[in-house]
Order: sequence, then C-alpha cells, then structure tokens
Amino acid sequence: MRALIVDDSRAMRRIVGRILVDAGFEILEAGDGQEALDVLAAHDGDLPVLACVDWNMPVMDGLTFITEVRKRAAWRAITLMMVTTESEQDRIVRALAAGAHEYLIKPFTGDALVEKLDLLGLTPTTVGDLV
Amino acid sequence: MSIGHDAFTFVRELVRAESAIVLEPGKEYLVESRLVPLARQSGHASVDAFVADLATRRNPSTLRLVVEALTTNETSWFRDTDPFTTLRQSVFPALAKTRSKREIRVWAAACSSGQEPYSILMTAQDTPELSGWKVDMLATDLSQEMLDRARKGEYSQLEVNRGLPATTLVRHFERAGLAWRISPALTSQVQFRELNLVRPFPPLGKFDVVFLRNVLIYFDLATKRDILRRVRQVMAPDGHLFLGAAEMTMGVDDAWERVPAGRSSVYRIREEQRTCVP
Ligand SMILES: C[S@@+](CC[C@H](N)C(=O)[O-])C[C@H]1O[C@@H](n2cnc3c(N)ncnc32)[C@H](O)[C@@H]1O
Repeated sequence: MRALIVDDSRAMRRIVGRILVDAGFEILEAGDGQEALDVLAAHDGDLPVLACVDWNMPVMDGLTFITEVRKRAAWRAITLMMVTTESEQDRIVRALAAGAHEYLIKPFTGDALVEKLDLLGLTPTTVGDLV
Repeated sequence: MSIGHDAFTFVRELVRAESAIVLEPGKEYLVESRLVPLARQSGHASVDAFVADLATRRNPSTLRLVVEALTTNETSWFRDTDPFTTLRQSVFPALAKTRSKREIRVWAAACSSGQEPYSILMTAQDTPELSGWKVDMLATDLSQEMLDRARKGEYSQLEVNRGLPATTLVRHFERAGLAWRISPALTSQVQFRELNLVRPFPPLGKFDVVFLRNVLIYFDLATKRDILRRVRQVMAPDGHLFLGAAEMTMGVDDAWERVPAGRSSVYRIREEQRTCVP
C-alpha cells in the first residue's frame, strides 16, 4: 500500500511519513501540488491509495491539487486527506467540496492521524478485513 | 516525592466508597499526580498535608473534588467506530420497525465530556429509518466537571481531531474562537444529569439502548454484577446494551447474552430472563 505525502516542509513530510510507515504504507513524496501530479502520472500503474496534502504550498497549492486529481477518472480511487494548519470552518467546507475525503488540522498527534485512517478504512486491520 | 501510606489509604477508601473505583496498591503515583493541582489550589505544600487536612475536616465539596480527580475521563468521538456502525446498520433500523411511537430512549451511563451521547445522536441522524423520529437521550456521569463540559458542548481543536469525520465536524459544529461548539440542535436533545452508578438509580423509565462503556473496568466483580443487574431493570425487554471493547457480561451477569454484531460488545437480556427481572 502506497501513500503520497504532499507538503513543502520536509520536516512535516518526515513526521507524517513515519506515522504512515508504522501504519504499513510505502511512502511517495512531493513538495508541491504540481510535483505531486507528476508523481501520480509517473506511477499510473501502481497508484497510491492515499494522499496527505498540505494546503499552502508554492507552485500549486493543495486545494488546486485535489481539484485536479478529482478531475481524472483514473485517479478516483485515491483517498485524499488535507493535512494543514488552516482551521477555519469554511476552509474545511471548501476542501470537502473540492473532493477531499478527510481533513486533519495541524498540529495533530500520531493517534489522531491513525484514527483518520481508521475512518477512511485505511488502517492495516480494516484493510486486512477486506482481503 | 511520593504520597505517604496513610494518605494513599484514605484516598483509596474514599474513592472506593464514593465511586467504587478500585485503586490498587501501586497506584500511589497516579493518586499523587492527580491530587497535586488540588493541593496547590488549597495552599498546601504537599499532597500528604492536603489529604491529612481533608481527613480531619471532611469538607464535602473537597471530598467530591478528590473523587472526581481520580476518575479517568478519556473518551473520543465514535469511540471504536464499530458500536456506532452497529447502531446505524442494525439496532436503530430494528427499533424503527418495532416501536410504534416514533420515539426511542437512549442512556449514555458514563458520558464523560459528552462525545459519546453526541456521537449517538449524530448516528441517529444518519440512520434513514429514524428520520422524523425523536431520540430521547439521557447522559449521566459521576463527575460534575465533565457534565458541565458536556452541557457546554465546546471542544478543542485536539479533541475534534480525534475520531470525528470532517463532514460531521462541519455539519454539526461551529467555530467558537479557538474551540468548536456543537450545534444547539444537538445539545438541546440531551438531558445531562449527575448519576452515580454504584448508588440505587433514581426512576429512569425504560431504555431501548444503553451505553455503559469503559467504566465497568474500574470496578470489582461484585460492583460490576450489581450494576449490570440494575441496568436490566431499566432496559426495554428487547433493549440493547453496549459495553466497552474490553468489557463483557460473561461470568459477571449471565442473564445477558451477546448479540452477534460485528466486533461490538453488544448484549441483550436472555429471552427466558425478560419476564422475571427481579
Ligand atoms: C473512561 S470514561 C468513559 C467515557 C465513555 N463512556 C467512553 O467510552 O468513551 C469513564 C467515565 O466514567 C465515569 N465514572 C467513574 N465512576 C463512576 C460512577 N461510579 N458512576 C458514574 N460514572 C462514573 C467517570 O467520571 C468517567 O467520565
């Protein structure tokens, strides 16, 4: 199972990456939305099941990235989670409207991220049940 | 510095008598750390001095604060997920078929800061079979402090990050400064009341669903048995009891039987026990 982490902060990518590795994911990384689109295009045969996406990034922000991903039928199966310091209610509404499946506000604990994975049916145990 | 033997024994017996919570020897550190803030607030240099003073004066409101400080209030939204899936997929639809009054009664019997009763109400709203139904929700706890928080319905960013789907957050909450406030439509549906599970229950009527989750674990066997027996008396004959993931009725009160429902710990009263509830 692969996960893509899209964040311009390398430290943040490392933090999220560590939690996801513990949850059984292989990690792909990108520093902005455009780079993330390129990563997805390069992995067309073996797409990540999850993308954790920061909102504010240079070149292409997270909201635009999510909108772009949702336009492509081939990428429908990717679960999109916004992971950001933006905590206003209307931001959450906009992200969900654009096609994000979940929204996690920074700072968060490892448990909180794992619980979101649980809600999305992406924890090792829940995924195991489906197999 | 660690709490002295006499102080620990006093607190342990007080908490046992007032809440049935069992503090085994070895929990000295827990008692110490939970009581430090109370000792400071009342101007005592140490927990030992605070407890010694309490033991002589026995001020009821301070005694109560000590008991409350020793409760564990850990909770989260849709805790363990599974019970709420079971409610939505089987328990609520079954009730919708069998209740003629378009009303169900639910009791969250150790509701802590309110996440549990509010999660139950949100689940009811997401159950198509219950659309247009009234959910009469009673939520109780021993702790006044928790009940006050639950009534207020305000939760920190960290708390709403725990187990609450984003769609649910934007649907049922509003931003209130740095916190999130649950919608009045939900808070107004819950009646919060103080209730100590180890004391005889006040008249409560009958419930279709009871959540008694992650609280029996703190009690000894005799207390668990007594509470489960008294809960039977306030259950509708076909009512459902939800326990915590680590709790069960087997070997405690065998008048209950487990209902096969996913991984949930869901129980109902055995058929042959339904008519002769003591
Ligand atoms: C760990 S919390 C569980 C909260 C919630 N039921 C859940 O599963 O998330 C335990 C709660 O039980 C309450 N409690 C402890 N002893 C009690 C008693 N004797 N009567 C009523 N409530 C009690 C505590 O105040 C605390 O809020």
